[in-house]
Amino acid sequence: MPILEKIEIILNAVGRNVPETVNGRPQVAYMGVGKYQPVGRKAATPIRTAADYPANGDKRVTNLETALRKCGLRDGMVISSHHHLRDGDRVALMALEGASLIGVKDLTWFPSASFPSQRSAIALMEAGIIDHIEGSMNGPLGDYCTQGKMRGMGVLRSHGGRWQAIQDGEVHIDVAVIAAPTADPFGNCDGSHGKSACGSLGFALADSIYADHVIVVTDNLVPFPCVPWQIQGNNVDYVVEVDSIGDPAKIVSGSTQITRSPDRLRIAEFIARFLRDAGIMRNGFSFQAGSGGIALAFVSYLKQMMKQAGVKARFVRGGSTKYLVELLEEGLTDYILDGQTFDLDGVRSIGSNPRHVATSPFTSYNYHGKGNFASMLDAVVLGATEVDTNFNANVVTHSDGRLLHGIGGWQNCLASGCTILAVPSFRDRIPVIVDEVTTLCGPGELIDVVATERGIAINPRRQDLIDTLKGSTLPIRPIEDIKKEVERICGGKPRRARRSDKPVAIVKWVDGTVLDTVWQIA
Amino acid sequence: MSEVVVTSSPFLAVAGHCGPEIRSDLQVLLQPRERGGLEIEIESRVDIYYGDSIRRQAEEVLEALGVRHARVEIHDEGALPFVIAARIEAAARRAGLGVGTRVLPDRLALPDPSARDRMRRSRLYVPGSEPKYFINAALHGSDGIILDLEDSVHVGEKDAARLLVRNALRAIEFLGCERMVRINQIPLGLEDLDEIVPESPDLILIPKVESSEHIIEADRRIAEIKSDYGITRPIWLMPILESALGIENAFSIAKASPQIVALTIGLEDYTADLGVVKTLTGNESLYARQRVVNAARAAGVQAIDSVFGDVGDLEGLRAWALNSRALGFEGMGCVHPMQIPVIHEAFAPSAAEIERARKIVAAYDEAQEKGLGVVSLGSKMIDPPVVQRALKLMARAKAMGLVS
Repeated sequence: MPILEKIEIILNAVGRNVPETVNGRPQVAYMGVGKYQPVGRKAATPIRTAADYPANGDKRVTNLETALRKCGLRDGMVISSHHHLRDGDRVALMALEGASLIGVKDLTWFPSASFPSQRSAIALMEAGIIDHIEGSMNGPLGDYCTQGKMRGMGVLRSHGGRWQAIQDGEVHIDVAVIAAPTADPFGNCDGSHGKSACGSLGFALADSIYADHVIVVTDNLVPFPCVPWQIQGNNVDYVVEVDSIGDPAKIVSGSTQITRSPDRLRIAEFIARFLRDAGIMRNGFSFQAGSGGIALAFVSYLKQMMKQAGVKARFVRGGSTKYLVELLEEGLTDYILDGQTFDLDGVRSIGSNPRHVATSPFTSYNYHGKGNFASMLDAVVLGATEVDTNFNANVVTHSDGRLLHGIGGWQNCLASGCTILAVPSFRDRIPVIVDEVTTLCGPGELIDVVATERGIAINPRRQDLIDTLKGSTLPIRPIEDIKKEVERICGGKPRRARRSDKPVAIVKWVDGTVLDTVWQIA
Repeated sequence: MSEVVVTSSPFLAVAGHCGPEIRSDLQVLLQPRERGGLEIEIESRVDIYYGDSIRRQAEEVLEALGVRHARVEIHDEGALPFVIAARIEAAARRAGLGVGTRVLPDRLALPDPSARDRMRRSRLYVPGSEPKYFINAALHGSDGIILDLEDSVHVGEKDAARLLVRNALRAIEFLGCERMVRINQIPLGLEDLDEIVPESPDLILIPKVESSEHIIEADRRIAEIKSDYGITRPIWLMPILESALGIENAFSIAKASPQIVALTIGLEDYTADLGVVKTLTGNESLYARQRVVNAARAAGVQAIDSVFGDVGDLEGLRAWALNSRALGFEGMGCVHPMQIPVIHEAFAPSAAEIERARKIVAAYDEAQEKGLGVVSLGSKMIDPPVVQRALKLMARAKAMGLVS
């Protein structure tokens, strides 16, 4: 990789400095919401023939290393993995270590997200086996990147942005390695059954369609056919059977717990009341909430209000948890459209209830398609690390510039009818509402509401919401007002963290343009 | 304690808490020395944002305390300035330095004094040595916040908690909540008063009161300090009865000071004193609680119930609170903000009660207008006490925002 070449930095449409080229590839700077018009045709895999695959459908090989060799893994290739097993995943490291045994160098690791349990990837980067990671980085991997130790530059994308990058040919996956809780020898895969069941396999779907080579790794091989199949065996080259694809305790939680933090409960209740008072909570509405403490509590408050008002949702979107499953089972929603499954109740439900449906980043989030589900949502509740007085928000870095979270579906969800950020007004004396976000991940024009324990700020662009909420008893306040109060409590504005002028990663917008840069910390 | 320290050679003093699980607090290690000035070492979770500000504050506080030569180590977990000041002062005092000096954070404007008969449905207990709970306590809308120096504070932390609570009274926004402090049992509680009273809390809870003597002693000390500091606004008292003897003396205690606005009961200690088990129905304390209600009523003060300890059991809390109200209590304590709305709901008159009271009041008004001595509603005659109760209920409903 050409690490020593000088990287030209340009200003994008929102005044952020972004590199013109990343890992040798020219980039398009962010132009504004909906401004970039893509041209051309989607990427495609080479044509294959059934003559080259076993007629009896048995694609098994003895181990992952053999499969990687058969796929022709070479220096500089792109190898992908997925995070549906979350922090319990063993397959991504198995694949990277397999590559290391083969002796290849300079790989691009393209995970849908990385997790702290994969910290040994650092050793593989030190050894030159991995050049850089394109995918979310947090914990030790995030620190490694922001300390400027990764040779290539990181590329952070949303779940929808990852699909977009693959289908548009921005990322060409040479070998995709898919962890499958259940699979048959032909390569059909299902995520809802088996000892390592995780629910949906949606994150791996794009890879199965667009990668040159696809390897399925399973610890629950069943005779053909594996039904239902979420990944089609017709896209799969090899199937590897292993003892364990992951640690079930870390794949799903036994039960997700609602927060007991009074401040968080307060934020959750505010948001539920907001949806009610704004008239968003009405028959046939839809919303998305994740698995964080505030989101779970929000669902529980909203559920009470829906029951009181006799209101039913048409669909809700997860990460599913027992709280969404309860809505479904109590008839308070017709469907769960599930992106990933966080607890055992979620797994049980998606495996048995036909109204609990697995979705993929293509259906839910992909911006370069003929629409997606996220924009059809009436409301979505998201977190953020920072938000500024223009409602621009950060979700990847802490105020000190260190990578803390992946983007996930966050950017894609900003397209919803009412995007609500649920944030404490300060964390450890560090105000969350700032003059300017450290890293821009979401343009303020798409963020409608910021809910803190000290009050709710509505984006002035949403005069309609401001008008509707006029009579509400909710503490609705200008965002500057909350900011000032918090700065007084915290003993003044925090000093801004210093950073170097070396870019270490970029944040892509949902259309593949470069929204902002993550810099090496000083 | 301080006398002993001053005569001994300077030694390392520690105050506050740090560690990965600790939030919004700090630990200060202070080693006095003969010469060499101040050497301050800071390790902070928020160093890049507030490191300079913490250093400046440490220097200011130490200078005000008259600490000229010392090695100071600060391990900060994102503490707010009023906590930093309190912890440094505690460490200095423990090292025998700065005794008698008060280093005070800026004071927010004091809210209006609290009214003798204001609503006291809920009072939220906040442990006096856990600053992380102070900061947002008032957001949850209880009628009162109690910064507690008694049971929730370890015996070895009383000195430090006192400073923390004092600073919190100055620096924390209490919004509409009555600013309450629970001091320690008299006589230890008298030392708390020296730090607390100058900050004009609205109300002081005095625990484990067994006789009017306790109240008279506290009252006298409060009056002295108030006069020293020129404080004229009221500081109300709420004695907590927590023993069989205290219950027996309930009326004389309630009458012991004109500053007393409410009488309350502590059921953990009371049931322990009786040697009985505290149950969900509270049958074992029925007599004591009725005695408290009766004594309070006789003395013209509010009767307030104990706390309900099981935070997870909101239904149990609701049942307890409804029963409390039926017995004549006007409120109870909370150990978690989640309990506040449940208690407020339980102590609110029901829609049916309000409707009936409204009719009675209307009939009463009509009778007054017509100059009739007898109030009647339909075919029923309404006795004067019923009218009085209806008027009181409507006033209460109005205060709770249930009627306009």
